[in-house]
Amino acid sequence: MAKLRVEDLKRIKDASKGTVNLRDGAYRVKITVHMGTCGIAAGARKIMNSLLDKIQEADATDIILTSSGCAGLCNHEPMITVEVKDMAPVKYVLLDEEKIQRIFEEHVMKGNPVPEYALSVGSETTY
Amino acid sequence: MEDLSLHILDIVENATNAGATLVSVSIEEDSKKDLLEITIKDNGSGMDAQSLNGIRDPFFTSRSTRRVGLGVPLLEAAAREAGGHLRVDSQPGRGTEVRATFQAGHIDRKPLGDMGATLISLIMGNPEVDFVYESNLNGKNTSLDTRSIKKEIEGVTTITDPAVLKLIQDLVNDPE
Repeated sequence: MAKLRVEDLKRIKDASKGTVNLRDGAYRVKITVHMGTCGIAAGARKIMNSLLDKIQEADATDIILTSSGCAGLCNHEPMITVEVKDMAPVKYVLLDEEKIQRIFEEHVMKGNPVPEYALSVGSETTY
Repeated sequence: MEDLSLHILDIVENATNAGATLVSVSIEEDSKKDLLEITIKDNGSGMDAQSLNGIRDPFFTSRSTRRVGLGVPLLEAAAREAGGHLRVDSQPGRGTEVRATFQAGHIDRKPLGDMGATLISLIMGNPEVDFVYESNLNGKNTSLDTRSIKKEIEGVTTITDPAVLKLIQDLVNDPE
């Protein structure tokens, strides 16, 4: 029977030695993947796994990746919400691998939102 | 939904939304009996008889963001298409058990898909919930329990460490 081998876990233990792990408490960015039935059917799991890869590649410990249910905008799925500390949360819609790549590079890592993939920017104009 | 692992992700999300702290998923495939059985059991809030009656109805949902709930009806449709059926048992305060059966070799039976990706998505999204996974696919077995993994890595890293999750994914997708 396949089991999680102790030596594999030990390897991880050794690898993480010395790095302060912030995954539990403080974080700089929180990414929420919307995982209702609609999101899952539209490809939310792929988005989640792709973000996980990017977090690992960037070796970032100050990013929280989490999931939530349906946000009531099923036709816009797959969707994520990116919250950089002290900045307004941004909902990104109709995502794919390429958009995720750019959002991760620009918004998550550098703090510059990508308005063209966002649900909306502002809601009213005076002109 | 393209495959059964996506249905499982969806149903387990229901369980975590119902306040479950422990969810167990078991998958058994026995081609000799032409049977594939998926059981998802949680210790969440459970449902009363009225909710339980409504659960197969696409226009029943406990949520307020939209008026339709398709998770359970879609899984039931997938089971029925493959000559199987769906059973849901639940008790308020005790939890819920969803059991879907399929004719394993039925031409319309969806493939199982990437169960590893489903499990790590669930763990990542709900790190405070514990998951037990057991599969027996024609004699190839895998089992894991996030409670023992958490204990093993305590004080060093967390279960949401991508390195730990990748290990879990490999383990689930490569049964011995």
